[in-house]
Amino acid sequence: MITHTARPLKVVLYEGKGAIPLPAESRAKVMMALLDKGYAVARVTESGSNSSAPSDDHTLLLLGTFPARQAPELEDATGRVKIEARDITDLDPDSIVALVEKSRGSKPMNEPGKWKPWFPVIDYTRCTNCMQCLSFCLFDVYGVSTENKIQVQNNDNCKTNCPACSRVCPEVAIMFPKYQAGPINGDDVSAADHGREKMKVDISSLLGGDIYSALKDRSAAAKSRFSKERSPDKALDERKKCLTKLVSDGFIPMDVLASLPSPDVILRKAEEAKARAAAALAAQ
Amino acid sequence: MPETLLYCRCAYAQVVPTGVKNDVLQRLCDSGSSFETVSDLCEMAAHRDPRLQNLVNSGKLKIAACYPRAVTGLFHQAGSPLPENTEIFNMRTQTAEEIVGQMLQDSTVSVAVEG
Repeated sequence: MITHTARPLKVVLYEGKGAIPLPAESRAKVMMALLDKGYAVARVTESGSNSSAPSDDHTLLLLGTFPARQAPELEDATGRVKIEARDITDLDPDSIVALVEKSRGSKPMNEPGKWKPWFPVIDYTRCTNCMQCLSFCLFDVYGVSTENKIQVQNNDNCKTNCPACSRVCPEVAIMFPKYQAGPINGDDVSAADHGREKMKVDISSLLGGDIYSALKDRSAAAKSRFSKERSPDKALDERKKCLTKLVSDGFIPMDVLASLPSPDVILRKAEEAKARAAAALAAQ
Repeated sequence: MPETLLYCRCAYAQVVPTGVKNDVLQRLCDSGSSFETVSDLCEMAAHRDPRLQNLVNSGKLKIAACYPRAVTGLFHQAGSPLPENTEIFNMRTQTAEEIVGQMLQDSTVSVAVEG
């Protein structure tokens, strides 16, 4: 998991005063290639102006086609941002990307393909702060703010491609923008969606009405069998059976099953989540 | 009030149709306008990237990304709520022609250089 926010440089495709516009056929190709590598790119033409000052000390890499292939020497008036200018006359998109990569050097950067930004996004225009998501999630993704409002606190704990919590939200307020289908992907919520999503709450009732209670019951049953059968694998088997239907329904990826905490941890987490939810609701 | 055009490439997952997102970028490039692009707004929001706040501060935003409800939620969750006058265009459902036509309509474009 890459969690740093470092963006060692920002690229500016400069076509403003003092520069010659890039060939039309290569402009978009260059931008696509850089974006697909994870860079942020601004295109500046004579129609544009800088409306806000740089806020950090990152490097600004200005690319342009300059007269006599001579990139200008530039510096930030505030002295906070290092500005490098490079002439890219006659360079093809691949060579331009190589030039940018060389300029970045060994500084780390988030890159597409190595990680998928998968986490719940709460639509607060729909959320009623019922805390069902807090109670449901086994991975501590949700928490409660100092104002006793539900919030996503640990993105990185979320299991990629698992949108299960969005199915238990009675208000369809939980989105996963990278999900394929609506309304979980952020598409508008229709009356039919609302009804259907309410029915989807029954994914927890397939375990007896409440996923934690059910897991607790099954854990107790499994524990009972431990003593009789002395088979520690039974509990895990039982728990997996409980969730297999969720997987087969496509709500939960297989690898989420594999990463579930132990029954004891689930019980403890359930109690803790219940207490946090109750405290937050009581404080409202 | 100056406007900032922002394009999200959705590079970390292929949920925006490639043809549409390429066409939107091509049309923006052909327009002669200045604009901002980011590799993926979800990735930035996941890390509470402070550059999102710079974008919010840069003037009226016109964003080409995905579902407005999702984009609004991403900025809010990242601690950089979008102003009410923000316009969001959906590359998952709209055509490139529609999107760019509306983005360039009456635009007085500026560029936020947030580093």
